[in-house]
Amino acid sequence: MSKKILLQHINVPGINTLETYVSHGGYQSLKKAFSMTPDEVTEEVKKSGLRGRGGAGFPTGMKWSFLDKKTDKPRYLVCNADESEPGTFKDRYLMQNIPHALIEGMIVSSYALGAKTSYIYVRGEMMHVIRILEAAIKDAYRAGYLGNNILGSNYSLDLFVHPGGGAYICGEETALLESLEGNRGNPRNKPPFPAVWGLYGCPTVVNNVETISDVPWIINNGGDAYASIGIGKSTGTKLISACGNINRPGVYEIELGLSVEEFIYSDQYCGGIPNGKKLKAVVAGGSSVPILPADLILKTANGDPRLMSYESLSDGGFVSGTMLGSGGFIVYDEDQCIVRNLWNFSRFYHHESCGQCSPCREGTGWMEKVLHRIENGHGKMSDIDLLVDVAKKIEGKTICPLGEAAAWPVASAIRHFRAEFEEHIKNPDSCCKKHLHSEHALIH
Amino acid sequence: MTILSSNTIQEINNIKSRYPEGREKSALIPALHLAQAEQGWLPVQAMNEVAELLKIQPIEVYEVATFYTMFHIKKVGKYVIEVCRTGPCCNVGAEELIQYMEEKLKIKVGETTEDGLITLKTVECLAACGTGPVLQIGPDYIYQEQITKEKFDQLVEDLKIKGR
Ligand SMILES: Cc1cc2nc3c(=O)[nH]c(=O)nc-3n(C[C@H](O)[C@H](O)[C@H](O)COP(=O)(O)O)c2cc1C
Ligand code: FES
Repeated sequence: MSKKILLQHINVPGINTLETYVSHGGYQSLKKAFSMTPDEVTEEVKKSGLRGRGGAGFPTGMKWSFLDKKTDKPRYLVCNADESEPGTFKDRYLMQNIPHALIEGMIVSSYALGAKTSYIYVRGEMMHVIRILEAAIKDAYRAGYLGNNILGSNYSLDLFVHPGGGAYICGEETALLESLEGNRGNPRNKPPFPAVWGLYGCPTVVNNVETISDVPWIINNGGDAYASIGIGKSTGTKLISACGNINRPGVYEIELGLSVEEFIYSDQYCGGIPNGKKLKAVVAGGSSVPILPADLILKTANGDPRLMSYESLSDGGFVSGTMLGSGGFIVYDEDQCIVRNLWNFSRFYHHESCGQCSPCREGTGWMEKVLHRIENGHGKMSDIDLLVDVAKKIEGKTICPLGEAAAWPVASAIRHFRAEFEEHIKNPDSCCKKHLHSEHALIH
Repeated sequence: MTILSSNTIQEINNIKSRYPEGREKSALIPALHLAQAEQGWLPVQAMNEVAELLKIQPIEVYEVATFYTMFHIKKVGKYVIEVCRTGPCCNVGAEELIQYMEEKLKIKVGETTEDGLITLKTVECLAACGTGPVLQIGPDYIYQEQITKEKFDQLVEDLKIKGR
């Protein structure tokens, strides 16, 4: 269970440089890809079963095959390196430590899609990553992996890094495209999907950093080889960024299908909960996915061991399951307060709502306000159902899924930890007094 | 006379070439980063000059500058300390730390020290949740991870020396 695709050479000194990356097999996929037709490259990606690693898990090869190739407009590949989902820090890790993995992936993927210009949209806060990527791209041009007639293939590609300005919503792919065009990050109505109407109204594919970085291995080893890793429709490996109350926070590459229990308790991964504390809950795929209590994250409602895979984590639907999401794995021990944590997340979504859709703009504010009063000892019993009601009225009623991202944590926390909300309301002193009241710092 | 230096203007013009013809507006966010790095913040005059360079209306620049959290449309200190206030960082002590920072700097979040050296801001998850609490210091945006009170004291001392 320790197959490594992305992080195989992570500990090699100098793997961030072009020379060392190349001496460990880097950029080999270019020659192989150029000996195939673009459609054959897409076919391998389809065969691999690779699914989008940005959160939604959409099959990558299928997304590529939707790209409108009938028009004579230019086509674009845009890499989503906006990584801002709380709990998620895998893309930054990858770009910072092995920048050429993404660049190699961008070249092969752009070739498959017929893109002549591609962009990597990096969130602006990661200026250090932007500097690393720009230097690495310069080296790749110098080595002839980018620019005109790459390795004598007749294929030419320009690759640019584009900084964001600080906005979680720009991780949503159509908001990202708006932002790349120099606008506010307001998501677009879909359809039309980016495959038809994307950047500058041209056919565009938007993929996550990790998704694109997986492509060279697939081309080198074949789609079937990739599909033989993992479990069922969750093929390959996944980067999981683990944080919270664990002994070994960090980024781990796991083979999909690893048991959640092993991931949390094995010394190879999270290394268990510190100070002999008990596991209370886990948010398994970034702040937007439903929170699960310890018993349900370790075992499904049917009593089967829960596995780190798209299917197993969502087993039980929203009643008793969650999602693999972005791979942001946040662990809570018995001392953590679910209400306070939820209030913090609700504040986040309210702050990050772009304001286009009333249900999200207003609803996230109401949820934050109600949670704030519960957390501060002024809650009413009716507030609990009020929260559920507001969450329901956001879900499915907005242009983009930020609405759901804000609603699901609320709905799931109340579903699984209702007693804790009631306790806050009935007996505020027992719970809330333990917490610091520095919320002025958090509210601004 | 422009307030943006000829260097910055040159860099903005270079960046325009990354985007197709007629799509110069794409250079807006990168251009605002450059203008802010030079000016320390975004005075209206700087935004107007960016508009002119990109052949767009000033209002198009204002609406973008006010949407994104990284842009300072009011004057800030020489250094901006931006500390993460999102869930995972709070679970490892960010709230207490923010309170300490306010006491240490004798300002509230959003304010600037009297000598104009440091502005304290809170930001959302910086994608460093495994090494929280985390902050970054503008204008270079270097990440500082696993911040403790002692580390913070040292950072402030360093900024005082650097900023002289
Ligand atoms: C509010 C919101 C934020 C998102 N943030 C990110 C992000 O930071 N990175 C990312 O890759 N995808 C993010 N996504 C998902 C993208 O919209 C899109 O599905 C993804 O980039 C597609 O790439 P993939 O198929 O390779 O996963 C976000 C979605 C939403 C609704
Ligand atoms: S929560 Fe602070 S870096 Fe993610």
